[in-house]
This record gives sequence, structure tokens and C-alpha cells, in this order.
Amino acid sequence: MDLKRKIAEAWAFLFGDSAHAFGTLSVVLVLCLAVVPAKDHFREWSQYQKQYLRLIRLRGDAATLQRRFQPGLQQTWLPELGVVDRCTTCHVAMKETSLADVSTQPFRPHPPVPHPLTEFGCVMCHRGQGPATSVEEAHSSTKAWEQPVLPARYFEASCGQCHQNSLTGTPQLNLGRKLLARYGCVSCHTLKTPDGVRMASTNEPPPLTHIAEKTTREWIYAWLKNTQAYSVAATMPDFQLNDADARDISAFLIDQSTAYKTADTSKPVTPGDASEGASVYGESFCASCHAVQNAAGLMVGGDIGPELTRIGSKVKPDWMAAWLRDPKLYAPHTAMPRYRFNEKQLGLVAGFLEAKTDSDLLAKVQLEAATKEQIAHGKALVNERGCASCHELNGIKKPDNFAPDLSAAGSRSLAKIVFAPGVAHTLPDYLAAKIRQPHAFGKELKMPQYTLSPAQVDALVTALLAQTEGAQDLPAALRVAGQAVSNYQPAGKAGKLMEDMQCFSCHAINGRGGDMAPDLTWEGSAVERSWLLSFLKNPNTLRPALIRRMPRFNMTDAEAQTLTDYILTAYETPAFDADSLDAAKFTAEDRERGRQLFYSKYMCQSCHIIDAQNDKGYVGPTLTQIGAKLTAAWTFHYLKDPQRLRPGNIEPNQHMSDDDARSLTAFLVAQKKAQEVAKK
Amino acid sequence: MMRWRLKAALLALVLATSCARKAADNARPDAKAFGAALVEVSGGKQIAAIGMALDQPLVVQVNDAQGAAVAGAAVLFRAGGGATVTPAAGLTGSDGQLTVTVSLGGVAGRYQVLATTRDKAGKAIELRSEEIALGYQQNLGRQLNDRYCSRCHDPESTAERVSNHDNLNAKPHAFTDGDFLNKMSDGDVANIVTHGGPALNKSPEMPPYGSTLNKADIEALVAYIRAVADPPYRSKGLVYAKN
Repeated sequence: MDLKRKIAEAWAFLFGDSAHAFGTLSVVLVLCLAVVPAKDHFREWSQYQKQYLRLIRLRGDAATLQRRFQPGLQQTWLPELGVVDRCTTCHVAMKETSLADVSTQPFRPHPPVPHPLTEFGCVMCHRGQGPATSVEEAHSSTKAWEQPVLPARYFEASCGQCHQNSLTGTPQLNLGRKLLARYGCVSCHTLKTPDGVRMASTNEPPPLTHIAEKTTREWIYAWLKNTQAYSVAATMPDFQLNDADARDISAFLIDQSTAYKTADTSKPVTPGDASEGASVYGESFCASCHAVQNAAGLMVGGDIGPELTRIGSKVKPDWMAAWLRDPKLYAPHTAMPRYRFNEKQLGLVAGFLEAKTDSDLLAKVQLEAATKEQIAHGKALVNERGCASCHELNGIKKPDNFAPDLSAAGSRSLAKIVFAPGVAHTLPDYLAAKIRQPHAFGKELKMPQYTLSPAQVDALVTALLAQTEGAQDLPAALRVAGQAVSNYQPAGKAGKLMEDMQCFSCHAINGRGGDMAPDLTWEGSAVERSWLLSFLKNPNTLRPALIRRMPRFNMTDAEAQTLTDYILTAYETPAFDADSLDAAKFTAEDRERGRQLFYSKYMCQSCHIIDAQNDKGYVGPTLTQIGAKLTAAWTFHYLKDPQRLRPGNIEPNQHMSDDDARSLTAFLVAQKKAQEVAKK
Repeated sequence: MMRWRLKAALLALVLATSCARKAADNARPDAKAFGAALVEVSGGKQIAAIGMALDQPLVVQVNDAQGAAVAGAAVLFRAGGGATVTPAAGLTGSDGQLTVTVSLGGVAGRYQVLATTRDKAGKAIELRSEEIALGYQQNLGRQLNDRYCSRCHDPESTAERVSNHDNLNAKPHAFTDGDFLNKMSDGDVANIVTHGGPALNKSPEMPPYGSTLNKADIEALVAYIRAVADPPYRSKGLVYAKN
């Protein structure tokens, strides 16, 4: 009763007569109107702006900073990029380079990057919610918005949205893309870059169509159970098969294998002593592509071909000989060249490799003869695991779209992801966890277990995060295309020889080929005929510091002639005329002036050796015989602008005058056999 | 009434478990032994891009007053600026050492990692290690350094990359040589890279890179040189900021 009376009294006081009612309503109205400015006053961003003004007040350039400061909500609006960023409302000092010493956020100036912030906004690179004006909503994922700010370790992913090419400043992204292609990720997963190009595998896993000729069922079993035990450099992942599954798959693989035609089935001559075999292995520079673990456990050699540390426990002697005779008969797409070994060399190399065994590898493998059921089960497993995505098999077609499409993996909605327990609910964490341990997401998952270092996982996550849906809608003008895939094919007899010796495994020509050895696109303008002919017959390196070198393929004279003729005519540069400089016209004075330029003005001896006794530089190639190798015209134009003839070369462009370049050329082309010029 | 009690009990339980978890995170492992000194074995002064985990682990060692390794001493790590240390605390092994991995924060600059252990009297013994985080521009400079500069400017030889440093008459300055390089202005460093040694009356063994590298590349190199200088370079502002 008491309460009721009080309410009635209050009502009478507030609205008892029209004057009271008017007064009360006015107060309420004023309060209502005050809410908005008051709310604004206490907003997070408004507090930050006030803090900023306090921060700059005592600085030397306070007046300038205050003049440039813009109060209120700020927004970068770039309709063509879909950018609406209000980040600069709080991050007020993005462009104030004089605040470089300020370490408190949000007042740090932006560090230098190649793109102006006003043209690209913030969210393009950092992710997060551009339009949000509170700290939490802008940076974290909330119920309404799920895109949190990208952690710094994956920043390079943002570059990859537009840049399909390999940038010097994005080593992690470049590595990630290389790993996607090398570890067979793109053999199962479709991965299209925003310009619609499908990423292709750079790894050529061996065909298994004749596997029984090459190795035993026991080895296959051991390999399937643990690839790392055979080779720590193995690119094939662990499919985590149980004993029965590995037994059945090995049974099926042997069962589906067919014989293949070898040219010569004769046994190689019995090998000599091991040291002789080792020296043929060394002379043939097998280590340019193949690695072997040394006594200290370090891998020595290249990674184009498989590791050979335990090869003797794997392959059958007959297969080894046939393979060394002609690898393409077994694997038509192999990167391995056909060495033209004579029977003695063949025996020595084969013997050397056969001796590389590991008795532990197959010690515990005991397999009974396979039953029909086991073979059938093995076939089912091979289908289920998608082995044919990478390997060629008899009777099994390469599956299409075996694994989910990853073209937009970098903008997958979190709502669609099932997280494994213990994984933080962000996209990068999900991707990293999935790569690191796929089976944590479900035992029945087909994705195999890779052996990757933490840095490799980070690189892969970075490359995947670059695959965003947004990138596909960006203006075409922003897109920087990757290196176009070239299917250049050299013609005729020489073309056949080049395929036979797999020049493209190491050298690139017209955009096709590897990057281990020099690009040969313009080699015809660079080298002297006599040098090329003898080099092909007996390659001796110009760079003593290199471990990986051009092997000797034991070519016949006719083969070397054919190749030389082809290279000299087909690979000429349009940059200059080969006859534009006549070496015969150089005088002793020219050479002497060149010598002085070489040793005094340009100090080329810092990096090159001309006089083997006194010069020590070995950054660049040794030049003691350079006159026998390079043509005068090439030398001249190369000195004028090295990168024009050899893009990406590290030789500095010295901006030489024509006179200097001519004199130096005269000096350099005189560097043949005898060294009288240098000694003078 | 029962309902209220149940709810209160549940709330108390939730609070208790969440607090307990927090307490466990911060727990310092119980030391089984105490040392007198804390030294860095390896892993300091590493260089990596922002946000990255460092290539090499940070290894610290607890010694007693005689300099012998102490096993079972508790070491606590703290890092500022968003850098993380895993594990953040632990006991030294039988060799007296504790190995942790460090991930850098998201801002370029130097990160201090503070390791602490206690002696018998409970007094804290501290060790500060420093790691360097590179921003985009500095990291670009690092890539260029590896390709163009380090062959001569890095005196250390490895099997894969033999240093040319000792073959030169005028020995190039390592980029970490802050005592020398910090005195040069950004403009001078950029000029030497662009026009070669003779531009500043130095050895012509340093060739000009102005026609091989572009301006942005050279700015990136200067930024990298500044970032790795030891003692640290104190700039008066970001000279090369463009935005």
C-alpha cells in the first residue's frame, strides 16, 4: 500500500499539472539528446585520439603533427578493391615517420612497404574487419565477424593474393609454393591461382607399372611402413598403414606389375674395387642431383633425384644396370639423363651403388605368399588412398579431384571447419594443425602424414592463406602473373639428344627447364664453337667452389657436333650482332689498357681469378681460360650490361664506357692457355 | 532455494577451475637445485622476420659459484612485445642447460628475452638475450644481402658458401659492425652501394650496384644494415618511409 501511495505522489509531482509535465518531459528530452554525444565522447577511438594528442604535445614537431591530425572517424574507401577501412581512426600516426621511436600501439607509424596505404587500405594485407570501430571487433573474430587480424608470421600470404611471381621480399611464400608443388600436394588437391592457372607438381614420382622388376615386395612393405627409415629426404608421406594394409598393398603392387622391354639384358662386367666405383660416381657428378648421407649423417648432394644412401637394399642388380643404360625405358618421364657409360663404367657405378645397403632395413620383414583376397584388398586400398594421383599404375586411372579443392583455402569460413580438440579457432592454426597432424582430425581421414619442419609448415600455411576468394575478384590490373609454363621443344636430332640427356632437368631454355645450371637461351651468342665442342665432350667446371656440376655424358664426337651446331645456331640473342666486334683488331695497347682497368679501376680480381698465382677472388668464375670460351661480342655486351644478357646475374653493372668495355674485352679474350698477357 | 544453491555451486566450481588453470600456467617448476650464475650458451642475436619462430633454439645454462653446471635449477623466461618463449619455464637438464624456442612479435625491432633463476637465498639472477625481428623492408634487404653482399661482407665461411672476405685488400665491414657503420648516414651507406667504394674515397674493390639494384632495393639494404647493427643503430626517424 505504501509503495502504491509513493508512486501516486511521484506521478502527481512529475505530471500533476501541465507545467510540471512540460518540465519533466523537457528534462527527459535533453537527456535523450545528450546520449549520442556522450556515447561518442566515451568511444574507444575517441579516447585513443585524445591519448594521441597528449602524446604529441611535448614533441619537437608538435605543431606539424597537430596540424596533420584529423579528428573524428577516418575511412579509406576503395570501391574497386572492396575496401572500407576505418583503422586509421585509431591508428592515427600511420604516415608520421617522425614518430618512429614510439612503441605504443595504436600510435606507431607504419613501417615502409612497397604499396601506399591510401591505395590499398589495411585489410587487404592485415585482414580483420575494416569497417569496425572497436578494438575487439576490428582485430578479433567475434560472433558477427569471423575474420581476425592475420598473425605477423603469415603476412607474406597477403602479397601472394596478387603476386603469383616469386618476389625477393617474400621468401616464406616462395618456399611454401615450392613445397606445394614438390611434395605432391597439388597432385591430389586442385589449386588454381586467381588467374585460373592450375598449379602443377614439380615432382615426378616413379611409375609403378613395372615395379616388380625394380625392387622386392619386402622393400615395398618396409617403405610403406616407414619412408623415413629408408630416406630422410623422402617426399612420399606416411600413410600410417597397419601391417595387414601394407602387406596387401605390396602384394597388389607386385601383382599388377608387368615386364618392360630393356635394350640389353646382359649382366655388366664384374665391378672392380669400391674406390674405383666411387670415383666414377664422383666424376659423373651423380651428386649434382642425388644425395648420399655421409658418415656424419649429413646429406651431401642435390635433391632432383632420390637419396641413394641405401639404394643397394632397394633395387635389383639387373634393374640397376638396365636403368643406368637407358632410364627412359623404365620411366619415360624421368629427369635422369642417359649416361653413355661403357660396360666397365656401368659395372663400376652399379657395383658402387649396390654396395650401399642397410641390413636393418629389411631384417624384420617376413612376408608369406600373397593370396587373391589380399591382392584384391590391396587394390581397394590403393584406390582408397589415391596412390594413382601421383604414381602411374596398371589398371587404375588417375583420379580426378581426389582431395578437396584448395583454390580458396585462405578464406575458408570458420563456420564450415571442424576443429580438432586443442586447436585454436583461427584459420592459420587450423591449416597448420591439419598439415602437421592430419589424423588428429579423424582417423578415417585420407590425408597422409608428412615429415616437415616447423618452418616448412609455416611456409605451406602462408602459401595456402594466399589463396583467397577476394583475390579472385581483384581488378586484373593488380595481378602479377607467375612464370608462364613453357613447353618449348628443341627440334630435330639435337632436340632428341637434349631430351635423352635431360638438359632441361638443370638448364632452362626459352622458359622451360630447371634453375640449377645456367640458362642456355642465348648460349649460341656467348660461346666459341671450339670451346663448346670440347666442353660437351669433357665438361670441366669454371667454378671450383661448386659441388654440383655438369656431368660427363660420354657423348660420341658426332653427338657433340650435332649439339654444338644446334646450340650455336638456335640460341642466339637478338641483343647484338655476333660479328659486331672483331677480336683480331685488338692491339697490344688495347690489351694493356684492359689489364690496367681490370686490376686498378674495376678491381675485377676481387671476385675473379686471371692470374692463378696472385689473384684470389672466387665469387665469380675463374677467367684464366675465358678467352677460349666467350666470344668477343658477348664479352663486350656482357660487360656493358650483365643483367641484359643474363637476367638475375649478381655481377654488378659498372656502367662502363664503350672504350673501357672494349679494352677489357681485348684483355679478356686474350686469356687463352698461355698467360703471357697477365704476367707482363 | 535448491535451484539457487545449485547455481551458486556451479558458479563457484567454474571459477575455481578457471582460476586453477591460470595458476598452473604461471607456476614456476619446483627447483631441485640452485645455481649462482645464468649464462647464454647459444641462440642470442638471431635474425628472423617478424612473427617467426627463430631457427635455432635459445639455450641457457645455470652454473654454481665454481662455474660447474647445475642440474634441476628452475629457469623462468619472459619476453616483451608479443614475443613468446616455449616452454616459458623449466628445469635445467643434467648438463645444466635448458633449451627453449623463441617466436618473435609482430613489430620489427629488438626483442629482449629475460631468463631468471634463483640462488639458494632466493635472490633472482637474470640473463638478458636479444633477438632481432625484421620488417618487410629489412627482410627484403636481408634477401639481397644474402645474394649480393654477404659473399664478401660476411667473414664467416661455410661449406656451401665460402667467404671472399679474406681475399680482399681492404677488408669489408661486416654489416653487424655498428661501431663503424652507425657513424655513417643513411645517405652515405646508400651512396657507397649505389656508386661503389670510390664515391666515398674507399676501395674500388666495392663495386657500384646502382645499375644492378633499384632504389627500393638499396633502401632495403640500408634498412637491413641498420637493423642488424651491433651496438644498435639509433635513428632519428624513418628516413626511407614513403607513406
